[in-house]
Amino acid sequence: MASDATKALDKSALWGGGMSPFSVSYGKMMMWFFLVSDALTFSGLLVAYGYARHAYTGPWPIGEEVFHALPGLTGSYPLLYVALMTFILIVSSVTMVLAVEAGHRLDRRGVTIWMAATIVGGFIFLGSQAWEWSHFIHGSAGYIIGNDNKIYHLSEEIPHLGTAADVASFELILNRGEANESRIGGQEAVRLYNAKVQHVQGANLTINEYGPPQYGNFFFFITGFHGFHVFTGVLINIIVFIGVLRGVYEKRGHYEMVEKTGLYWHFVDLVWVFVFTFFYLI
Amino acid sequence: MERDDLIVNDSYSLNAYHDAEHGKEIRKKIVRVTILLTLITAVEVALGVYIKQGTTLWPFVKVGFIILTLVKAAYIVAVFMHLGDERKSLRYVIIVPYAIFIIYLLVISILESNYINEVWLQFKP
Repeated sequence: MASDATKALDKSALWGGGMSPFSVSYGKMMMWFFLVSDALTFSGLLVAYGYARHAYTGPWPIGEEVFHALPGLTGSYPLLYVALMTFILIVSSVTMVLAVEAGHRLDRRGVTIWMAATIVGGFIFLGSQAWEWSHFIHGSAGYIIGNDNKIYHLSEEIPHLGTAADVASFELILNRGEANESRIGGQEAVRLYNAKVQHVQGANLTINEYGPPQYGNFFFFITGFHGFHVFTGVLINIIVFIGVLRGVYEKRGHYEMVEKTGLYWHFVDLVWVFVFTFFYLI
Repeated sequence: MERDDLIVNDSYSLNAYHDAEHGKEIRKKIVRVTILLTLITAVEVALGVYIKQGTTLWPFVKVGFIILTLVKAAYIVAVFMHLGDERKSLRYVIIVPYAIFIIYLLVISILESNYINEVWLQFKP
C-alpha cells in the first residue's frame, strides 16, 4: 500500500495558472462536477416518471394510499414511514456537516464522533428502505382477475397458506372507488375467488396491485438507484472514517477528504428530498 | 464590481480553518437549518395527508410542495454543501448549466406528454 500523502505541494506546481481556479482544490471541483452529472441522471429519471404519469390515461396510484404502513403496526399511517425516512436522512446530513465543521477546527475527536453517527444514520436509512421494498413487493390484499376478466378487489388479506373460505366475511369488490361500486360476499365470493385467472398481490416488474406496471417499475428504479447511492455513500464514509481513525488527515493537516465525502452524502439527501416530493407526495 | 477570480491570496479551500468561537456560530446556523428542514417536511406530510387529490385546493398544494422542496434544496446546497460560501464563479458554473438543461427538459417533456396523452385518449379502444 502506498504511503499516505502528508507533504503539502506548491500550488503553482499543481495549477498551470499558478493558482487554483475558483479557489477550490482539484478534488473538490471534480466532486462538484460529478454531482452535477449525477443530478442530471436523477432529474432524467424523475422527469421520465412525470412524463409517464402525465401521458397515462387511467388513474395513477396516490402516494398516501400506497404507503400507509408502519413496521409492526396495523392500521393506516399515511406517509408517516416515508417522512420518518426523510427525517433520518436529514439528521444524518446534519451529523455529516457537523463532522465537516469539526474538521475545519482540526478536532479529530469531533470528526470521529460525527462521522460514526453519519454512518449509523446511513445504515438505518438503508434498513428502512429494505423494509419499504419488502412491504411494497409483498403488498396487502390485492385483487383478482376473475374468469370473466373483470377486476375484483379483495376486502381482506388471505392469510399465508390459507384459502378464501378461511376468511370470515370475505368479500370481493367490483369497480372499487367508483360510483357503481358493488360488493359480493359469502359463498359467491369464495366461488369467484377459486375460479380466478390470477391473484395480483404486491408488485413485480410486470404487474402490481397499486396501478399501472410503470408505477412499480419507476418505484424500483428510482428508489433503487437512490438506495444504491446511499449504499456507496456509506461505503465511502466508512473508508474516510478509517482514515480519520488512523490519523491520516491529521498528518495531512486538513480534513478536506471529510468535506468531499460530505458533499456526496448531502447530495444523496438532496436527491431524496426530490424523490419524496415527486414520487410520494404529488 | 470586484473580480473575485483575480484575488491572489491564500483562500485556498484546503486552508479553510476556523477557531472554536467561529465554530460555535456555524453550529448554531446548522441547528437553525435542521429545525427549518424538519418543519418543512412536517408541513408537507400534513398537507399531503389532509388535503386529498382531486379537491379544489389540490393544485395549489401541488405548487406549494414544489416551492417547499426548492426551498429545502436551496438550504441543503447553500448551507450543508457550503456552496453559499464558495466563490461566485464556482456557484454559477455549477448552477447555471444545470438549471438551463432542467428547464429545457421539463418544458419539452410536459409538452410532449400532453400531446401523447391526447393521442391515447383519442384512439383509446
